[in-house]
Amino acid sequence: MNFDDTPQEAAFRAEARAWIAANAPKQYEDELRASSLGRTALKNANILEVAKAWQKKKADAGWACLHWPKEYGGRGASPIERVIWQQEEGPFGKLSAMFIIGHGMCGPTVMAYASEQHKREYLPPLASGEKVWCQLFSEPAGGSDVAGLRTRAEKRGDEWVINGQKIWTSGAHYSDYGILLTRTDPTVPKHKGLTMFFLDMKSPGVEVRPIKQASGHSDFNEVYFTDVVIPDSQRLGAVNDGWNVALTTLMNERMSIGAGVATGFPELFDFCSNLMLDDRAAIDDRNVRSKLANWAVKASGLKYTSMRAISALSKGERPGPENSIGKLVAGAMVQDVATYALDLQGAAGVLSGPEAELAGRFQAMLLRAPGTRVEGGTDEIMRNIIAERVLGLPGDIRVDKDLPFNQVPTKGRA
Amino acid sequence: MNFDFSDDQKQLRDQARKFLAEKCPPKAVRVVLDGKEAYDRALWKGFAEMGFLGVAIPEEYGGAGAGHLELCVIAEEVGRALAPVPFSSTVYLAAEALMLAGSDAQKQAWLPKIASGEVIGTLALFEGTGNPSPKAIKLAAANGVLNGTKKPVADGAIADLIIVAARTASTGRDSDISLFLVDAKAGGVEAKALTNLDPTRGQAELTFANCKAEPLGAAGEGWSILTQVLDRAAVLTAFEQVGGSDRALEMGRDYALDRIAFGRPIGSFQAVKHMLADMYVSATLARSNAYYGAWALSTNAPELPEAAASARISATQAYQHCAKNNIQVHGGMGFTWEFDCHMYYRRANALALGLGSLSYWEDQLIDRMRKRNAA
Repeated sequence: MNFDDTPQEAAFRAEARAWIAANAPKQYEDELRASSLGRTALKNANILEVAKAWQKKKADAGWACLHWPKEYGGRGASPIERVIWQQEEGPFGKLSAMFIIGHGMCGPTVMAYASEQHKREYLPPLASGEKVWCQLFSEPAGGSDVAGLRTRAEKRGDEWVINGQKIWTSGAHYSDYGILLTRTDPTVPKHKGLTMFFLDMKSPGVEVRPIKQASGHSDFNEVYFTDVVIPDSQRLGAVNDGWNVALTTLMNERMSIGAGVATGFPELFDFCSNLMLDDRAAIDDRNVRSKLANWAVKASGLKYTSMRAISALSKGERPGPENSIGKLVAGAMVQDVATYALDLQGAAGVLSGPEAELAGRFQAMLLRAPGTRVEGGTDEIMRNIIAERVLGLPGDIRVDKDLPFNQVPTKGRA
Repeated sequence: MNFDFSDDQKQLRDQARKFLAEKCPPKAVRVVLDGKEAYDRALWKGFAEMGFLGVAIPEEYGGAGAGHLELCVIAEEVGRALAPVPFSSTVYLAAEALMLAGSDAQKQAWLPKIASGEVIGTLALFEGTGNPSPKAIKLAAANGVLNGTKKPVADGAIADLIIVAARTASTGRDSDISLFLVDAKAGGVEAKALTNLDPTRGQAELTFANCKAEPLGAAGEGWSILTQVLDRAAVLTAFEQVGGSDRALEMGRDYALDRIAFGRPIGSFQAVKHMLADMYVSATLARSNAYYGAWALSTNAPELPEAAASARISATQAYQHCAKNNIQVHGGMGFTWEFDCHMYYRRANALALGLGSLSYWEDQLIDRMRKRNAA
């Protein structure tokens, strides 16, 4: 048992470290390091531009989408090399946020289902960040139950005509392309009548409207489709086989090992070490210590769970199911941590922004936290996944499973 | 990075699991639970024959000299099987104290007998209600004899070798405490068995009256040695707790798959699935923290105190969580004497207290994290 690199891994790490040291945008390092959930912005620069420039620089030197094949803009690196890169990229990795969906979900789906010509055309600019992709799955009527979506695609000659609405689309407002899951046959049960496409987000009939979130920010969008035309050549997978294609996408969603999930714990530990309660540091208070200790072991538990997965990768094995706990644990924890940090501030905890403690860092965390427990699989969906795929418990009894989609009830109360 | 046990160590774990499945089924645990035996003598002998008792003891003292990672995987299986033997008192506490602080003569005298199963050992630390603290130690040592009372002492009524924490000065400093070694068979110590939450592991009150004792380690070093022994025992106990958590989770999962209510397996209800998923989360966090503790223990890393406290807290929480919710999944049957669920519940709660309770370890963890941050 050890935490050491193999000689090959050490060589790769040294190469990555040297390149990052020579090329990363160091003027933003402190700001990026200090950013936490609910607040990743740069004071004197547009973060999207900085992110695109960093991504392009990486791509030109062969450090983008490391695990992708070279011909599609990657490096053909092993999974462990990808992890090492993420460790070395450190705070600059936060600049990859706008590419996560494209690189983590759209790219693998295109790679699995698009024609060779399309792969060579679309994947390299996706890898280099010159083109940004989004994922158009969720709908007002299909969130956790994504197969309940209603956006229609109707065949017209060699083309498809799309009408409907998507929601919660991250980054649709700056995306160039998207992968789109549609209903092509409403007369069969819901999983059997779906088809996947990719499309140009600048196509006529596509309208992107930002959603103002509960936090006051706008990271997500509604996307409306009115008679949008997509050529059949941009279909991914067979007609009515879209559910299986979507599973490829979703399986890639939670595979980011090694990047580390935000728990809020390091921020809280620092805060409690410096905050004075009456005449002593908060961290000397019995109640504060108990809370901190409980969160400390969650944070360390997540860290070493991820180390176990990395060890499996290093040995060329598939990581076990342990990593599925990360999002579930961290999402709820960051919310509790933020709530407690405000509690320690007393009435002044109500202030947000520059006048608040630490310029409102924990207030921003509190307001962003509910989203983390919903996006990318709600806490409840994550528990179902653990129960069914890890523990082998039966799936839910689904009353709509064999019902033609157009006969599934659409309202709870008549 | 290779943050995992080796293939050989995993093989040893499988071997221990197989051995315990055969020699220590719940039926055997119940013999001790029902008070018919103080511990499972045949199983203890088997432990010695399998080499489990001396796995971390150096060869020159009669052990296998394998190491602490090997001991961790055995501890996990001991916890999973609820083995009713004085393993933790003898191996994690007495043997560790001897290896840390014993003279060569003391090691020669006792370690081979521990490895062979001839000697049961324990640590007498607590004196009634409260967590580990030098101030709480009143038992006095003077002129080579001990006077005072210790309780609870795990496996105290069956121990041959007792490591005793005693007061040798009263300056209010940690150096007031020294350790002593007592041969229970030599007289001067009286044991009274006490009823406790987990009858599969004995607890006793020990009264020392002019009991002859020899020093273990330097005078005034007792508290420092004890702290190290408790850290090492915390990691090893965490593996017992991880083994128990996994077993309780499996029992709950299996029952949820078999039990039909409202025309379907109860494991298809989200209320039950989510409870089991949360148990899996706790057990996984505990396992990962325990692995870190194992790494620190086996390499004698400076991180050991912090890693031990994390492993201790995480494993205690996980076992208590899994054991109580295993009963909940079982419903009424889980609350019967006949079903095994309560044996895990009892063990989980007993292990949560034995080396000092959660609040003690929470304090330790925060102190140790601050020390690291300050360095």
